[in-house]
Amino acid sequence: MREINWTKYIFVLMVTTAIFFSAIFLSGYLSGKKIEELKNIEDNISMNILASETQFALLSDASCENITNSVLSQELNSLASKLSYMESSFGTDNAEVVRLKKYYSLLQIKDYLLLKKVGEKCDSPPVFILYFYSNKGDCRDCQKAGYALTYLRNKYPRLRIYSFDYNLNLSTVKTLISMYGIKNDLPAIVINGKVYYGFKGREEMENLFPELRNIGKETAADTDETKQSAE
Amino acid sequence: MSGIEDAVIYALLFVSLYFEVFLLFTFLENRERLKPGKGAEEIKIFPSVTIIVPCWNEEATVEATVESLLSLDYPEDKLKVFVVDDGSTDGTWRKIQRFGKNGRVRIFRKENGGKHTAVNLGIENTGSEFVGCLDADSFVDPKALKRIMKYFEDPETMAVAPALKVHKSGNVIELIQNMEYKMGIFMRKMFSLLGALQVTPGPFSIFRKKVFDELGPYRRAYNTEDLEYALRMQSRHYKIENAHDAFVYTVAPATFKGLYRQRVRWITGFLKNAVDYRFMFLKREYGNLGILVLPIAFVSVFSALFFVGRTALAAAEFAVEKISLLNAVNFDFGFALSSVNFNWFFVNTGAMWMLSFFVLAMTAAFVAVGKKMADGKFRFSRDFFYYLFLYGLIAPLWLTKSVYNLFFAKNASWR
Repeated sequence: MREINWTKYIFVLMVTTAIFFSAIFLSGYLSGKKIEELKNIEDNISMNILASETQFALLSDASCENITNSVLSQELNSLASKLSYMESSFGTDNAEVVRLKKYYSLLQIKDYLLLKKVGEKCDSPPVFILYFYSNKGDCRDCQKAGYALTYLRNKYPRLRIYSFDYNLNLSTVKTLISMYGIKNDLPAIVINGKVYYGFKGREEMENLFPELRNIGKETAADTDETKQSAE
Repeated sequence: MSGIEDAVIYALLFVSLYFEVFLLFTFLENRERLKPGKGAEEIKIFPSVTIIVPCWNEEATVEATVESLLSLDYPEDKLKVFVVDDGSTDGTWRKIQRFGKNGRVRIFRKENGGKHTAVNLGIENTGSEFVGCLDADSFVDPKALKRIMKYFEDPETMAVAPALKVHKSGNVIELIQNMEYKMGIFMRKMFSLLGALQVTPGPFSIFRKKVFDELGPYRRAYNTEDLEYALRMQSRHYKIENAHDAFVYTVAPATFKGLYRQRVRWITGFLKNAVDYRFMFLKREYGNLGILVLPIAFVSVFSALFFVGRTALAAAEFAVEKISLLNAVNFDFGFALSSVNFNWFFVNTGAMWMLSFFVLAMTAAFVAVGKKMADGKFRFSRDFFYYLFLYGLIAPLWLTKSVYNLFFAKNASWR
């Protein structure tokens, strides 16, 4: 029977504890980096929207194309997927995630308002869907609905999808909910001012939203033109 | 619930990490002693040794087993082989009869009573100073006995366990075991350096005969008599060593069913014997075995089940979720693939994942060291990856059954 070397036991305990807390520290550091990245993206979007609003206010006769291009920032989409990932990693109650989500919701609403203004000025009605979900575990189909909407957005790049957490404690989102009279029967989508409840597959949504087919054609035509000019 | 679950996971990860760091330090302290064959050929005195080969329906392998014993590099007049037919119903008795005329071999035939009774019969009939056993599906390296006997130069050493390798490995099941046995070579050496070996494997563990005189014969011990005997020895403070370069080759089960039955027997036997020897747990007088190795080995069966169960559940939830999402876009796989994001942002950097990865990386390092100890060098091979990534998928099946057997008092059968 070997004697127990207690010094070794204590030394190993110290090393294990050091490794253990290094992992926790490193994990916290990397999470901080991710939060920082989200903040940067939000600041960037905020700046873009502010620039577009200012441009819109300054140049009432500005070229519609320029304004539209600047508004249609793809960064909102990237932010959405990253925010959703952070939510699943840190939990929906995490204070920092909730704060970022509120900011994101505000940015979406600003983008939505600006898009509407641009639409009126440029005679190009905005093509958008408002999507209300809940991730409190009381909405079985929300994830599916979100995925189908992402699919549509990929298929129709000009389509804007604004997604809002129904339970987010933000007065602006609550105003939006009361404006459209959305009930707590989620998922809910708003297309052309009309509210639809429950999961809608991609084909069903395409049928509910005939404008999608037009912007699909426009996108295809734009691509053809770009190809021809390149040739 | 999730808070408690997280606390349990972190506690188990800490214990796993602690154990691995402990083994790593043990390895680093002793790495010079682990070079193969160091001084093994220098033994001058060759004590008498009897090797008992218990067999029950082993007609396919018993001859080769005996031949390998007769080819051992050890003085002929000092080595006896006892072949005990434990009531075989196949051609085993006919096969072993041809060794009856060999002066170094003695054959016995008895009614079937279990492996331990066959070995006990051999022990009762030997007059050698040292006695060992070799399962009839195993073969020895010619230098194995000399290398083992070197350890008996220390008069306190009472038993020496060998280094087990898989005899032939072709299919995935055999390749997984091939690597597992090599990792076992590393683990067994570490445990022996800590004085904490908990099994003297059936294939070619050698004992001083006086151990049996003092501690009595083998018992059935839930069909894991070699495990029980090591625990019995440890409980009486008998020193057990490991000769990590004394290679013994054993035939590993080639089918999943065979492997499953063997492992259910081993794990059930371990759990039940551990319960019988629970008085050793967390007692200083039983050294590292009582304080560290036995409790962790016992808990690891349950923690492995917990981790694997949790992972399987998460994998099933993930699969159901992905199918449901694919269904939402009419199974457009092109879109599904294009939406996979490789940005670092989406890499899981949670502490739990990092620690799990660290534990797995340490396990991989131990497997690599085991492979180097077994083969003299390390090279990446299929079996390395099979073991690391497939073993965890199949082991829960026999762990579950063994835990069931523990609580519902079922003994696992030999075959």
